[in-house]
Amino acid sequence: MIDALNTTLRKVPAWITYLVAPLPAAFWLWQGATGASGPEPIKALEHSLGEFALQLLIAGLAITPLRKWAGLNLLKFRRAVGVVAFFYVLLHFLTWLVLDMSLLWGQLLGDIVKRPYITIGFIGFVLLIPLAVTSNTLSVRRLGARWRKLHKLVYPAVLLGGLHWVWLAKGWQAEPLFYMGAILGILALRVIPKPRKRAVTA
Amino acid sequence: AGAVAGRAQAATGELEPNSFEDIASYNNYYEFGTGKNDPAANAGALDTSDWKIEIDGMVDRPGSYSLNDLTEGLTEEERIYRFRCVEAWSMVVPWNGFELADLLAKAGVQEGARYVAFETVVQPENMPGVKRNVIPFPYVEGLRLDEALHPLTLMATGIYGKPMPNQNGAPIRLVVPWKYGFKSIKSIVRISLVTDEPPTTWNKLNAREYGFYSNVNPQVSHPRWSQASERVIGGGLFAKRQDTLMFNGYEEDVAALYDGMDLAKNY
Repeated sequence: MIDALNTTLRKVPAWITYLVAPLPAAFWLWQGATGASGPEPIKALEHSLGEFALQLLIAGLAITPLRKWAGLNLLKFRRAVGVVAFFYVLLHFLTWLVLDMSLLWGQLLGDIVKRPYITIGFIGFVLLIPLAVTSNTLSVRRLGARWRKLHKLVYPAVLLGGLHWVWLAKGWQAEPLFYMGAILGILALRVIPKPRKRAVTA
Repeated sequence: AGAVAGRAQAATGELEPNSFEDIASYNNYYEFGTGKNDPAANAGALDTSDWKIEIDGMVDRPGSYSLNDLTEGLTEEERIYRFRCVEAWSMVVPWNGFELADLLAKAGVQEGARYVAFETVVQPENMPGVKRNVIPFPYVEGLRLDEALHPLTLMATGIYGKPMPNQNGAPIRLVVPWKYGFKSIKSIVRISLVTDEPPTTWNKLNAREYGFYSNVNPQVSHPRWSQASERVIGGGLFAKRQDTLMFNGYEEDVAALYDGMDLAKNY
């Protein structure tokens, strides 16, 4: 089954990801403009973009363990998933900055410094910037071993993203905690060594 | 009392109420889920038939009152109030209801009563949020007696002349327009006149973030967000934030209740 899936996936070009990526954002914007996302479209858009960004970050981090544990090879999509995740974090940030906060600089700069959930969300976003900038093939070649090291920044970034959501919710809500659990789980999978393959006996 | 209410009415004259759809589709009612549209989606199951309100504590005529008994003889009026949520969004709602003071007069408040405690109905079989225990239930709230007797304090039974939608707190809820929305407790089944400050749900959960008073105050931030401005519901994708007003715009009417109190400490 996995082999068949891998064979099929080999035929799908990675650039398809970039083609499909803007569709959810466009859909949510359209929903907001037509009132389909309810009477507070800004919060709805902000939330949808943020949640999807987190899902993409988790998906990107799932690629290595999926190969290691299930033999599913999605490696060629990893860069595209990461880049798209960054753009969704950026859109989430811009929605907050422009639509939600109406560019009230005094209040929003104060919020970044003083409000812990905004602070950690912002730090998570900033951590992703160098990764997005060095996501091209030239950077990978130039940076060599340092590239791998640099891109480990995605671990603290996704943790901060998950915490950002847990923290902003009123009370302990199930959904952000579920995501936080998924993040911790997927990071834990990287620490656990792969089980030795047993010799197959006939 | 009439003069104060009259002044408040005049002050709200220029307010543009939100549409009924906005008001009935964007709610916090955690008994039905924590999402803003969860209450509208789930509150249809709330059973409001044969509604009884227990009035107890320091009153002359305690007992279990039906909605009819309670509202009989009271003057129902429309009050167009600003409604400011602690989450920094706001609406303008045309409530129908009567003054809590008139209802309390019916029960006869005894000397020595200093606070009023309220309790929301719990119907676990009809309330998915209660089954999941998202916060402790029943939801409880409270007011100081002078706040409860203030002519702006309303017991609302409708919106836009229609019966209160379930998601907005049918069949009867409190409305205290100068306080954050969570003080305006929904679907009330108990009102108790007591001597000591009663426990209130959000205060018990997180006292640092939610005070007993919870008066709208742009100068006192919630620890996790500023209260200086608010997002007005229903303005679409490009609506600008609006400055939050002291006591939600009812300063002239209610500031005297808090004379000499440090509002940063008693938040």
